Amino acid sequence: MSAPAGGWGAPRLLWAPAALAVGLLVLPVVALVVRADWSSLLSDVTSPAALAALRLSLLTSVAATAICVVLGVPLAVLLARASGWLSEVLRALVTLPLVLPPTVGGIALLYLLGRRGLLGQSLDAWFGIRLPFTTAAVVIAGAFVAMPFLVLGLEGALRTAGTQYEVVAATLGASRWTVLHRITLPLVAPGLVSGTVLCFARALGEFGATALFAGNTPGVTQTMPLAIYSAFNGAGVTQGAAVALSLLLVVAAIVVLLVARAWRPGRVG
Amino acid sequence: MSAAAREGRVSGGEVLRARVRVRRGSFALDVALEARPGGIVAVVGPNGAGKSTLLGALAGLLAVDDARITCGDRVLTDTTGGVHVGPERRSAVLLGQDALVFPHLSVRENVAFAPRAAGVRRAQARRSADEWLAAVGLEGLADRGPGQLSGGQRQRVALARALAARPAVLLLDEPFAQLDVRTAAELRDLVREQVRGSGAAAVLVTHDVVDALTLADHVLVLHDGAVVEEGTPIDVLTDPVHAFTAALAGLNLVAGTVVDEGESILAGDDGPRLPLAGVVTAVGGDAPVPGARAQLTFPPAAVSVVGAADQGWDAVVVDVEPGPAAVRVRTTGDVLVDLAPAEAAPLDLRLGAPLRLAVASSAARLRALPNA
Repeated sequence: MSAPAGGWGAPRLLWAPAALAVGLLVLPVVALVVRADWSSLLSDVTSPAALAALRLSLLTSVAATAICVVLGVPLAVLLARASGWLSEVLRALVTLPLVLPPTVGGIALLYLLGRRGLLGQSLDAWFGIRLPFTTAAVVIAGAFVAMPFLVLGLEGALRTAGTQYEVVAATLGASRWTVLHRITLPLVAPGLVSGTVLCFARALGEFGATALFAGNTPGVTQTMPLAIYSAFNGAGVTQGAAVALSLLLVVAAIVVLLVARAWRPGRVG
Repeated sequence: MSAAAREGRVSGGEVLRARVRVRRGSFALDVALEARPGGIVAVVGPNGAGKSTLLGALAGLLAVDDARITCGDRVLTDTTGGVHVGPERRSAVLLGQDALVFPHLSVRENVAFAPRAAGVRRAQARRSADEWLAAVGLEGLADRGPGQLSGGQRQRVALARALAARPAVLLLDEPFAQLDVRTAAELRDLVREQVRGSGAAAVLVTHDVVDALTLADHVLVLHDGAVVEEGTPIDVLTDPVHAFTAALAGLNLVAGTVVDEGESILAGDDGPRLPLAGVVTAVGGDAPVPGARAQLTFPPAAVSVVGAADQGWDAVVVDVEPGPAAVRVRTTGDVLVDLAPAEAAPLDLRLGAPLRLAVASSAARLRALPNA
């Protein structure tokens, strides 16, 4: 990160606040590394409870991300190509989980899908399905908080890409479906990948909505963030274990980001 | 042709007939045109004349108020019958100013796009793409990415991609506008040759007189949404009716009233006074009678600067710019005067300076106008 030699650069005055910003973002992680008890680290992160939480976190995050992609990509395409008040309202609604505290999201999910909830009642009465405090609830909570990252990111990419290539493809005889999967989506592949990665990372870190809607049952709904919270409060394990688990989550997040960065669905040439 | 038969696509040979009316606020487009297979109809006109709207309507990309567009036996648009065939089923391909080569596909995959969309198997579509690339002079570049091509090469890829669709209609929207002179000339030759060969009916939108003269069989001049004149390029450009066409052809156009002052003179609305003895009268035009409205067209080179006592008219210098002879002087009433260096040097050509002008009447053409 250096200014181009001899070229035009940003004002030097920006360096101080920018350095503080980096410090704010990086120093807590450094503190975590410094604080870690390296002698017990390996046994902490390989304990059955930790591995179960990690496994559950990865599984539910992948499932939540899959739901976001399957439902969110169509929504993003429609929003990007729509105009009028309805699309404006929809766009605002999609943003809602971003601005709501996740705990509010968790309560809202309970009132919708809980045993006495708006839909939950019928699900229970007709199908015997009870979602709260199950692994499925973890996935739903994750999808709820992560969906906006995919939809908004992809919608922006679609708007930037415009429709000119799609028009050419259509006049060349391509059906709308062919245009979508051979032109539209490949053109926004970088946006789709970064949206999916952010979506996954958000689901992986989800705490508030999960805690309220899915609870904190080890092996069923206790994901990494919940396991860390429990460990930190001294329930079962030690604070050292919490630090170790946190480091594991940090490493997992960094791996995801690096893999996504290495895999750039590039343009030919 | 055999490739086309194998692919089972429409392969040209159909006449495009279109009558299109579109209303957008105060702007109204009203055009009728016919393009024959292998022929090119040029639509020329200033910006905002409605050229792009016309192409959009032909491609099926725009909603039209009142239109009937047919290609051979196929009805593409018929507002009275409620017919609107989507752009993907019209067999009408756009080739625009921007090549819009798909950036995520190789050159070969770009050209193979239409056959693939039509259901042709991959290997065969790729073979056909290579044939089209050879036809536009790009053999050997099939594996390149669009980013590795020059502007002219990209436009060739776009042409090959359009032709590989075996379109019945080719819609050309100033495809040479962003190319340098040499590349544009080469591509013009290629387009002419390929349109003839493919049997597509082509509509070319342009404001370049070279495009119209070198490519078109038929020219249609569009102004404010209406066709103001049409015909073969040579007819339209040698005997223009509309001021825009005259400017396109590089001719002066002076409209005025015929007066009799011992001899017949056209008194221009903006001051020029032009003797009518010896001018060529447009075909079908009557001999001018005093009081009749008429217009004269003449090349800027036929105008000369004369002495104050000579017959002619008084004008002033409005603009001076480089011209084909050396200096081009714009004078009152938009009359252009081309001067050689030896003619220009002794003159006072400051802006606003007076000049007395005369026209060699043998170079002028007269056309009667409907009386105002």
